[in-house]
Amino acid sequence: MHPEFEPVIGLEIHAVLETRSKMFCDCRLVASTHEQPNVAVCPVCSGMPGTLPVVNHAAVEYALRVALALECEIATTSIFARKSYFYPDLPKGYQISQYEQPLARNGRLKIDTSQGEQTIRIRRVHLEEDTGKLTHLNEDGETYSLVDLNRSGLPLLEIVSQPDMHSAKAVRAYAFGLRSILRYLGVNSGNLEKGFFRIEPNVSIRPVGSRTLGTRTEIKNLNSFRALERGVTYEIERQTELLLQGKDVVQETVGWDEAEQATVSQRSKEDADDYRYFPEPDLPPLVIEQDWVDEIRASLPELPHAKFKRFQAEYDLNAYDAGVLVADEAVADYFEAVVAADAPPKLAANWISGELFGLMRQQDVGIEQLNLPAEDLAGLIKLVDAEHINQNTAKEVLEEMLTSGESAAAIVKARGLQQISDPEQIAHWVQGVLLGNPNQVAEYLGGKQALSGWLFGQVMQAAEGKANPRLLRAELDRQLEELSEGR
Amino acid sequence: MAALTDLTLTETVKGLRTGEFSSMELTQAYLERIDQLEPKLHAFISLTPDKALAQAKAADKRLKSAGDKQLPPLLGLPIAVKDVLSVEGIRATSGSRILENFIPPFSATAVQRLLDAGVVILGKTNTDEFAMGSSTENSAFGTTHNPWNLERVPGGSSGGSAAAVAARLAPVALGTDTGGSVRQPASFCGVTGFKPTYGRISRYGLIAYGSSLDSVGALGRSAQDLAELFSIMAGFDKLDATSMDLPVPDMHLNADVDIKGLRVGVPEEYFIKGIQTEVEEAVRAAVSELENLGAQVRQVSLPHTEYAVPVYYIIAPAEASANLARFDGVRYGLRVESEDIIDMFKETRGSGFGSEVKRRIMLGTYALSAGYYDAYYGQAQKVRALIKRDFEQAFEQVDVIAAPVAPTTAFTIGEHSGDPLSMYLEDVFTLPANLAGIPGIAFPVGFDSDNLPIGMQLMGSHFQEETLFRAAHAYQSASDWHTKAPAVG
Ligand SMILES: [Zn+2]
Repeated sequence: MHPEFEPVIGLEIHAVLETRSKMFCDCRLVASTHEQPNVAVCPVCSGMPGTLPVVNHAAVEYALRVALALECEIATTSIFARKSYFYPDLPKGYQISQYEQPLARNGRLKIDTSQGEQTIRIRRVHLEEDTGKLTHLNEDGETYSLVDLNRSGLPLLEIVSQPDMHSAKAVRAYAFGLRSILRYLGVNSGNLEKGFFRIEPNVSIRPVGSRTLGTRTEIKNLNSFRALERGVTYEIERQTELLLQGKDVVQETVGWDEAEQATVSQRSKEDADDYRYFPEPDLPPLVIEQDWVDEIRASLPELPHAKFKRFQAEYDLNAYDAGVLVADEAVADYFEAVVAADAPPKLAANWISGELFGLMRQQDVGIEQLNLPAEDLAGLIKLVDAEHINQNTAKEVLEEMLTSGESAAAIVKARGLQQISDPEQIAHWVQGVLLGNPNQVAEYLGGKQALSGWLFGQVMQAAEGKANPRLLRAELDRQLEELSEGR
Repeated sequence: MAALTDLTLTETVKGLRTGEFSSMELTQAYLERIDQLEPKLHAFISLTPDKALAQAKAADKRLKSAGDKQLPPLLGLPIAVKDVLSVEGIRATSGSRILENFIPPFSATAVQRLLDAGVVILGKTNTDEFAMGSSTENSAFGTTHNPWNLERVPGGSSGGSAAAVAARLAPVALGTDTGGSVRQPASFCGVTGFKPTYGRISRYGLIAYGSSLDSVGALGRSAQDLAELFSIMAGFDKLDATSMDLPVPDMHLNADVDIKGLRVGVPEEYFIKGIQTEVEEAVRAAVSELENLGAQVRQVSLPHTEYAVPVYYIIAPAEASANLARFDGVRYGLRVESEDIIDMFKETRGSGFGSEVKRRIMLGTYALSAGYYDAYYGQAQKVRALIKRDFEQAFEQVDVIAAPVAPTTAFTIGEHSGDPLSMYLEDVFTLPANLAGIPGIAFPVGFDSDNLPIGMQLMGSHFQEETLFRAAHAYQSASDWHTKAPAVG
C-alpha cells in the first residue's frame, strides 16, 4: 500500500435467504449448480402475463433476523419497487426490489483485524428477488445463450455497508463476519461458489488526510474470500498506480479474472441504465408489527462477535483460537460441549482446529457429521492431559474411535496403549539404545547435537511408542549428560 | 317461447335447472347466432365451439344426474371472456400481435371461480391492444362494430364483450376496467356493466395494463344478472396481494328492492360544456326516476375531476411501461430473430406492439425517467390522492354518485383515430373511479336521436357494490331501457 494514499472501500453483499420457497411464488429453492435447468419454475417466476407476486413471509422474517443482528433500525413500513431494465435473465423486465424505503437502515457490524476492533456501519438492508442465469454457448461458430430460471425469484437480501474499510484485510474480516452472522441466524449457508453469498466491493483511493471520496470502481465476480482479498488488493494497486501517473480512475464495474489474477473492465458509468424505479403497485406496503420485531429480537442467538469476546474471557483463549472456533456456530457449540465434559479449553481448541478440522476438510463435512460425540473427544483429551497416552498414540486412538465408535479409554485399555511412565522401565530402554548405538552416541558427544532427536526416536521405537515422552526426554538427556561427564 | 339467446342469466339458469332446455341446446343456439352475426360485428378474437360444447355436455350430464344437490350455481351457462383474461388452454392475445399465439397455462382467478360455478366458455372477445383504448380500434385483430349501428364503435376496451352481450351472442361477458373499459362500452352498446372496488375481485390472470387501476368486471343485460356473477367472482385470493379479505354479500336481487332514502349525489363537474345535450337530458331524467323511486337527490362537488385525464395518462402508462417489459421474445409470444439480443428485443417489440401501445410505453417511460419522476409520476400520485379525497368527502353526504358515463354516445369508427388526445378525453367521466379505486355500474337510460344508447353510471364508496347493484336494479325494475335489443343484420 502506498503511504500517500488511503483506500476507501464499501461492500454490497447479496445473500440468498434460504427459505423453503422463492420470494414471490411457491417454487422451491434449488442451487442452480446442483439441478437441471428450469426445474423450479412457475408462471410467476417466469414472468407470465397476468401473474402477480405475493411476499414470502419467511423471507421477511429471515431479513428481520439479519437486520436486528446488525443492530439496524427497522422500517415500520417499507415499500417494494420495480427496477426496470431489459436482460434475458430478467423475466418481467423489472426486478422487484426496495428503493426509497428499505426494510432497515443504520446498522453496524464489529470486526477484528490485526489493528484491533473496528465498527463498520451498515447503510441499508433490503429485500429483493434474484434474476435467472444465462449460459453462453458457441457451437460450430454459432453463438447462443440458454436461460435457466431456477434462480429467478430467489429471495435476496442486499446488505450495503458505508465505505468504512481501508484495507483488503478489513474487507475480508467484514465479509467473513457477516457471513458468519448469516450462518448463525440460519438464513444462509454462506456458499460463495454456489452464488448464495455474493460480495461486491466498491473501491476508491484518496490522498491520506483527504475527506472527499475518490472515483470508485465496483468489483464483481468474486467467488471466494481469497479472490475477494486479491481483487481488492489488485484494484487498490491499480488505482494507486493510475493516480501516481497523474491519470484518472474511471467509474466503472470491473470483473475479477481468476485466471489472469487481474480485474477487467466490464461496464463504464456512461452506459449505466436509468432503472426508472417506482413503487410496485402489485404489492401493498410491507408493514412490520413491533410485536413481531420484539419476538424475533428475543429469539436471536448469541452472535459471533459476542461469542468471540466471551470465549477469550471465559476460556482464556487467544484471539486466534477464539476466532477460529466462533466462525462456525456448530464448531463453537461443540467446543463448549467438549469443555463442559471437563477437557482443558486450550487443548480442546487445539484438537478441534487441528485434527478435527483436518478430518472435516478431508471428508467435506460439518463437525456434527464427524460422528464423534463431544464427550468422547473430551475423554481422549483428558487421557492426553493426564499423560496416560501421548499425543501420537492419541491420534491413532482417535482414528479408531471414529471407525469403531468405542471410547478412548476402552481402546487404550484393549490395545494396551497406556503410556508408560515407570522411570526404571524408561531408564532401561534408554540404556539399551545408548549401548546398542555406540557410534551415534560418540558422534553426539563429539558435538553432533542433532542426533539427540534420532536417539529419542530409537528409544520410542523400542518402547513401541508408549513411553511418556516428557519422561523419556528427561531420562535420555540425563544419561547422555552422564556419559559426557564421564569422558 | 322467446329465443334461448334472448333470456337473461336468471331465466337461463332457471331453464337449465328445470330441464326446459339443455346446456347443449343453449350453447348451440349461441354458437349459431355467433356464426350468423360475427362477420358483421367481429366481437370475438377467438371462438372455442368445441370446448364450449364439451363443457355443455358435461354440464348436462350433471344437470340430469338425479340427486346432485350441490349443483354449481351457473352450471351450463355460456359466457364470453375478454381476451386480456387468461383461460387455461385458450390463447390470450390481449388484442396484440405480440401474444398472437400465446396460450396461458393457467386461468385467471375470476375465470376459474366461474368455471367452478359451471360456466361454458364460448370464446374470447375483442379488446383494444392490452386494453389501451376506448373503441377497440386499437385491437391488432380488427375493430368491433356496434350492434346498434355498424358504423359506430362499441366503445372500449371491452368493446367485444359489450357488443357480444348487446347482440345476444352471450348472456354475460367478462370485461376489465382500468379507466372505464367496462362502463363506457356498456354505455355505448346499451348494456349493463360494472367495475368492482379495487381489491374486490382478484387481478390474478388479468394481463396487466395499469396495475393500480385494473379491475375485472362484467357486462350483461341487467344489474340483477351481474350481481350473480359478482358474488361468485369477488373475494380474497391468496394469489393477489392487493385483494382484500372482506366478506362478499351473496346478492339475489328480486323485484321488491327498495331504495327509499338512498342518498344520490349529482356532481356538477360531470355536466361540462361539450357534453352531448341528449346525454345530459337522459341522465338527469334517470336521476329524477331514482328520486321518484324514493331516493334523495342532492348536488355534490368533485373539484379535482378535471385533473383525472392528465393524472391517469401519467400513472397508467408508467405502470404499463413496466408491465409490458416482459414481452421481450425470450420466453413466450412473438420473437423476431436478430443478430444480437438487444436487436432481438427491439425487433420483437417494434413489430409486436401497435402504435397506441408504443405511445403509452414511451409516455410512461418518460414519466418515470430520472429527473422527471417527481414532476410527473410523483406529482400525479399526489393529485390522485386529492381525487380520492374528493370522493371520500362526497360519500360522507351521499350513498351513490350518479353521472354520465361518457360525454357522447358511440362515435363513428375512425372519428378520433388521428387525434389520440381527443380520444383520451372520451374517458373523462370514467377515469376518476379507477383513480379512487371505487366501484361503479353503468346502465342504459335512454337513446339519442340516432337511436344510440345513452348510459348512466352510479359510483359508490369502497366495497359498497351491493348499494350500486340495488340502486341499478331498482331503476331497471321501473324502466325497460335495458331490455331493448338492437336489430342486427
Ligand atoms: Zn415460481
